[in-house]
Amino acid sequence: MSVSSGDAPAGVKPPILQVEHLTMRFGGLVAVNDLSFDVARGDITALIGPNGAGKTTVFNCITGFYKPTAGRIALYRGATPKPGTLDALTNSPRRFATGDDGGIFLLERMGDSEITARAKVARTFQNIRLFTGMTVLENLMVAQHNWLNRASGYSFLGLAGAKSFRDAEAQAVDIAVQWLDRIGLKGRADDPAGALPYGDQRRLEIARAMCTGPVLLCLDEPAAGLNPRESAELNEFLMSIRSGNGTSLLLIEHDMSVVMEISDHIVVLEYGTKISDGTPQFIQNDPKVIAAYLGVEDDEVDEAETELEK
Amino acid sequence: MAQSEDIGGVAAEPSASLDWPKALRDAGLLALFTLGLSFPILAFRTRQDLTQGLVLDPRWGLVATVVAIAFFARLGWLVFGGALTRGAAAGAARVSRALAPVKPYAWIFRYIVLALLAAYPFLAVLFTGTGGALKWIDNFGIQILIYVMLGWGLNIVVGLAGLLDLGYVAFYAVGAYSTALLSTHFGFSFWICLPLAGIFAAFWGIMLGFPVLRLRGDYLAIVTLAFGEIIRLVIINWVELTNGASGISGIPRPTFFGLPFNASDEGFAAFFGLQFTPLHRLFFLFYLILALALLTNWVTVRLRRLPIGRAWEALREDEIACRSLGIDTVITKLTAFSIGAMFGGFAGAFFAARLGFISPKSFEFMESAVILSIVVLGGMGSQIGVAIAAIVMIGGTELLRELTWLKAVFGPSFDPTQYRMLLFGMAMVAMMVWRPRGLISNREPSIVLHEKRAIGGDMVKEGHG
Repeated sequence: MSVSSGDAPAGVKPPILQVEHLTMRFGGLVAVNDLSFDVARGDITALIGPNGAGKTTVFNCITGFYKPTAGRIALYRGATPKPGTLDALTNSPRRFATGDDGGIFLLERMGDSEITARAKVARTFQNIRLFTGMTVLENLMVAQHNWLNRASGYSFLGLAGAKSFRDAEAQAVDIAVQWLDRIGLKGRADDPAGALPYGDQRRLEIARAMCTGPVLLCLDEPAAGLNPRESAELNEFLMSIRSGNGTSLLLIEHDMSVVMEISDHIVVLEYGTKISDGTPQFIQNDPKVIAAYLGVEDDEVDEAETELEK
Repeated sequence: MAQSEDIGGVAAEPSASLDWPKALRDAGLLALFTLGLSFPILAFRTRQDLTQGLVLDPRWGLVATVVAIAFFARLGWLVFGGALTRGAAAGAARVSRALAPVKPYAWIFRYIVLALLAAYPFLAVLFTGTGGALKWIDNFGIQILIYVMLGWGLNIVVGLAGLLDLGYVAFYAVGAYSTALLSTHFGFSFWICLPLAGIFAAFWGIMLGFPVLRLRGDYLAIVTLAFGEIIRLVIINWVELTNGASGISGIPRPTFFGLPFNASDEGFAAFFGLQFTPLHRLFFLFYLILALALLTNWVTVRLRRLPIGRAWEALREDEIACRSLGIDTVITKLTAFSIGAMFGGFAGAFFAARLGFISPKSFEFMESAVILSIVVLGGMGSQIGVAIAAIVMIGGTELLRELTWLKAVFGPSFDPTQYRMLLFGMAMVAMMVWRPRGLISNREPSIVLHEKRAIGGDMVKEGHG
């Protein structure tokens, strides 16, 4: 089963994430209503929309912090599976199916930490959630917890001071230092994360998410509170993540200089419903998007009302 | 604006330009407040007369003394307090400056402390003689070390993982009772009971942890408190197994690799050709609890530098961020809970074997509160801080017993140990004022790239459940 990706096709790249008929209700409030969209592999996809459109709710559904009321969220790792495997998995009680060359994960059935650990989806938060009392380096080490904990023999080998664990830890520090180099914070590795300036904290949170080794990185307003120069640096950093690490990106953003410059594909939400979906050029000229962001002319409202009365 | 500054000025910067009328009014208000407080508590002593009637003996002198103390203490604080605080701060700064060049040799200090601990029983004998040493080794040495160990065990749960556990004494009880029951029913020796007690306590930690750890903050605290009480009530009421409130006696004492500490021909003293003295057993118990406490410390310090320890601290900092990084928070919390419980169980096994008798009386909520206040007073997460706090709190309580000369001041019926809780409260208030994050609030990073620097306590979060 394949879902048409809206009014304008985003290209022929295979999807890494397919959101189908996603609905999230909180009591009587429908926060997300029958939303379907694809995130193509290796793309930067932006989720935009006015405040309260349900963007963060979609994020929380994808990353397992909310259980969606209805809908399917499928993540493909590695090669695109044969047709029919997704439906077979959906009809089985399993949450994911992994093979040698990747796997399919039904994210709506999985818990938050499981999604990061197994499906390799990482996220950041709208209000930065660093471990402020731990050093910058420690933040990046915590992000590598799962494989390091296995390498420490679930602490038994580590307690004994085994060489295999010390090697693994050195490797983890190497990975962390590489990321610190990329975000320009190597000199501050031993400072508490809470002492960093705001822009550095934003970049550190992204680097920390990347240390989990994700195939899909979800960023909730990464440019919020950044000045134009920092936004430009962030653009470069996100592009380097996509090209250098082969990670696909899904981001919520209000800063149009970021969205229009780096996204390959934009999905526009309003009141929990998708109103547009396509390339940045397409979105910029879509009258529905312009209406949602700028409001509509009075005669258009009249037109709509007469249409309703018919 | 100017007026409010003036009012604040009296309290904050008194010696700059002391406003005597304001200071007197302030102290007078406090005296009045003390009068109001002490009137219902201190003013009347109740007793029965010969006809069984209730007689109120007024004690206005006592009330007047207390009110006067409050008045002059406040006045004194307003006059000299500022200078005192500044002096203390300057002194602390001077000490830390003086210690700066010594810092690279801090490890020497550690070995000195260890050597002193190892020599402590001998020093006690040397200075106080064989008779006096009994008290110093038992009441001070062993008693304090038990609480140091319990504090370190709870520090894993509260200080590192940030889970507020008000029922820690339950695991202490599980350890003590499993040792008592296994040794009296099955004749297991202490050395078999010790690991079993740890395993049982850890098992109970997991059992209690599973349903409880999805709660956070106040809810977790209340439920752990309830579990602590449940264990105690089960012990009291399950008379067939635990002998109820009368407790279990006749628990075999630990032996030195099979050599009992008694005057018999097979005893420790006879085997080594020494003259029998009860000190041998105390020496042995002291070194045993010292070893157990150091084991707790060693494991905690090691674990803190392992992924699991870092995950505990991350959990204390931000649980949601932990979940977004793929850390299984339930397992992580359970490991902290069960490892903390295990050390509580070890301490319980030692407690049972040391006294040879246990009863539910030893496992009341007060114990949990004392252990928790040791952790909080010491500075959550700080090993050395917890050790110092245990020495202050437990050593202080024991010292109260020594203050018999106070009877000369307050009369023969004066019992200083009754003021234990008052001193606890005063220690807590003093801590809130001067060191709100505990004696040692700095956090040491678990891994260092360039240079090790302590992280100020204001950055570190206390956890929310």
